[in-house]
Amino acid sequence: MKILVTVKEVATVEDEFEIEGTEIAGQYLGADLNEWDDYAIEEAVQLQEDGIADEVVAVTIGPEDCEQTIRQALAKGADRAVRVWDDALEDVDLLDVNAKTEILSAVIEAEEPDLVLSGVQAGDDSFGATGVSVAEEIGFQWGAVVNHLEHDLEDGVASVRRELEGGVEELTDIELPAVLTIQTGINEPRYASLRGIRQAQRKELNVQTLDDIGVDESTIETELELTEMYEPESESDATVWEGSADETAGELGELLRDKGVAQ
Amino acid sequence: MTDVLAVADHRRGDLRDVSYEIITAGRELADETGGDLHLAVISGTVDDFADKLNREGVDAIHTVDHGEEFNHDVYAQAVTQLYDELAPQFIVTPNSVNGLDYAPAVANELDLPIVTDTVDLEADGETLIATREMYGGKVETTTQLEGDAVVTIRGAEWPAAEGTGDAAIEAFDADIDEDAIGSTVTGFEEVGGGDVDISEAELLVSVGRGIEEEENLEMIRDLADALDATLSSSRPIVDNGWLPKNRQVGQSGKVVTPDVYIAIGISGAVQHVAGMKGSDTIVAINTDPNAPIMDIADYAIVDDLFDVVPELIDEFQ
Ligand SMILES: Cc1cc2nc3c(=O)[nH]c(=O)nc-3n(C[C@H](O)[C@H](O)[C@H](O)COP(=O)(O)OP(=O)(O)OC[C@H]3O[C@@H](n4cnc5c(N)ncnc54)[C@H](O)[C@@H]3O)c2cc1C
Repeated sequence: MKILVTVKEVATVEDEFEIEGTEIAGQYLGADLNEWDDYAIEEAVQLQEDGIADEVVAVTIGPEDCEQTIRQALAKGADRAVRVWDDALEDVDLLDVNAKTEILSAVIEAEEPDLVLSGVQAGDDSFGATGVSVAEEIGFQWGAVVNHLEHDLEDGVASVRRELEGGVEELTDIELPAVLTIQTGINEPRYASLRGIRQAQRKELNVQTLDDIGVDESTIETELELTEMYEPESESDATVWEGSADETAGELGELLRDKGVAQ
Repeated sequence: MTDVLAVADHRRGDLRDVSYEIITAGRELADETGGDLHLAVISGTVDDFADKLNREGVDAIHTVDHGEEFNHDVYAQAVTQLYDELAPQFIVTPNSVNGLDYAPAVANELDLPIVTDTVDLEADGETLIATREMYGGKVETTTQLEGDAVVTIRGAEWPAAEGTGDAAIEAFDADIDEDAIGSTVTGFEEVGGGDVDISEAELLVSVGRGIEEEENLEMIRDLADALDATLSSSRPIVDNGWLPKNRQVGQSGKVVTPDVYIAIGISGAVQHVAGMKGSDTIVAINTDPNAPIMDIADYAIVDDLFDVVPELIDEFQ
């Protein structure tokens, strides 16, 4: 079977930063593979190693800059990658769920995978909605927040655990084809080996425009407009202990004794 | 097209807290749009649930009696049909794990935009202004959109609705297409039992990703020993397999209420805070003075944990 993994390069922010308009100023931003997608890639690669999947394809929406990130998926074992980008996306502040759904669905319909794995959410915009929205769009079954997947996929059914709140897991059988959104902790993502990194350079990375995948510019017009970005007003009324580590530890020690929780 | 349709959440026979919070959020929105607040409760003992949800501010409750537990296809179909019938401006659902398992499908089916995990909502005529966080709580944003929309709300941001209402309770005869149901819940399991119960502890030494390496955890164990405290952690430590699941504090872990909670190298993401905000006294040790944990901390040490923790161990050994 064929597995498609959606991968996103997310922006990371330094501890101290400045906001310009509705963006964090570029010099405070870094880039990384989305934490949740890392687990999704690992799950797909393990399915391949277990002989369940014959092909793992990674798909991303992003400019050329993000190729280093999608190459991480290739270095970890994905067979090839598709990157969708278009000038029309260049000036969009916030690509909303609908726009992502249109683009990813078009790729999935062309690739015809049996299973799509995506991350529960992206660490930057944290919508947490794209996987399920895509499933609905393409008529696949789905499961959100999956933290365990049985690898036999017997009779075209994915037996999963969905991680609910409060330490409760739901056991669910989902018919394939399906989209699963993968929760951290489902596996142990590997580091890319040097060999993997070398091989990744030679793997196919297919760049597509909206036109190429048959998506009309007008359908991805984002309906959400980011109008403000600010640092949340600190509600902190914490007493901040100042001084050397020795002094601050002393303050904390005193507090613990005062509260009678430590001697 | 000014009404609001809010959807309740329940599990294993009990309404979840957010079901009462969503009444408050929905009512506020409906006051701004000048419409009615409709509430939907789907599956389970719907009549009993409807009685409980009949609180101040609710205009109508629609019960969909179908199956015992949550099934996303049933929810998606029922909510879509309710939208067609009631034509509300907004559909509001909890940003719970189950909310996220059907709300995006509803939005896509109805061709509506979706804004998730909102912490504040305002409506001005056709315009919705939603406040939400990005970058793990480092910034807050407002997002604007026009027309109808699906919105999910973060738990514990709105107070629970109280009082008794006089809503009209009506059974909604949703036409559920059984053939379209492609997933079956086969059971539930509690996880995270085992050697210790961190929810019983008076003093918790809790460690997060700031610890960097598994080897460094030894230092935190030493601290817990020196203080005679119980060791707990944020999620990444458990995800890495460094501590067992029963040590995880948070939304998907345990809720703890110790006398003192010492958060070491923990940023204070909303899902973590959900599990520890009820602690009597919260102490944060973090290099980032703006980490979200600072908002709920009573005391803070803005410093490197690798400098502070050894000093603290020294003091108690
Ligand atoms: C559906 C869902 C459920 C979840 N459930 C949970 C849950 O139950 N519990 C939970 O915890 N999380 C949960 N999460 C994950 C949550 O969103 C965060 O990713 C997680 O809590 C972050 O853990 P952290 O604070 O340890 O790590 P980070 O966010 O990476 O923070 C590390 C902190 O350490 C500080 N630091 C780094 N180095 C040092 C140093 N040398 N000295 C001092 N400080 C330092 C940094 O400033 C930072 O604030 C869930 C997420 C989702 C999507």
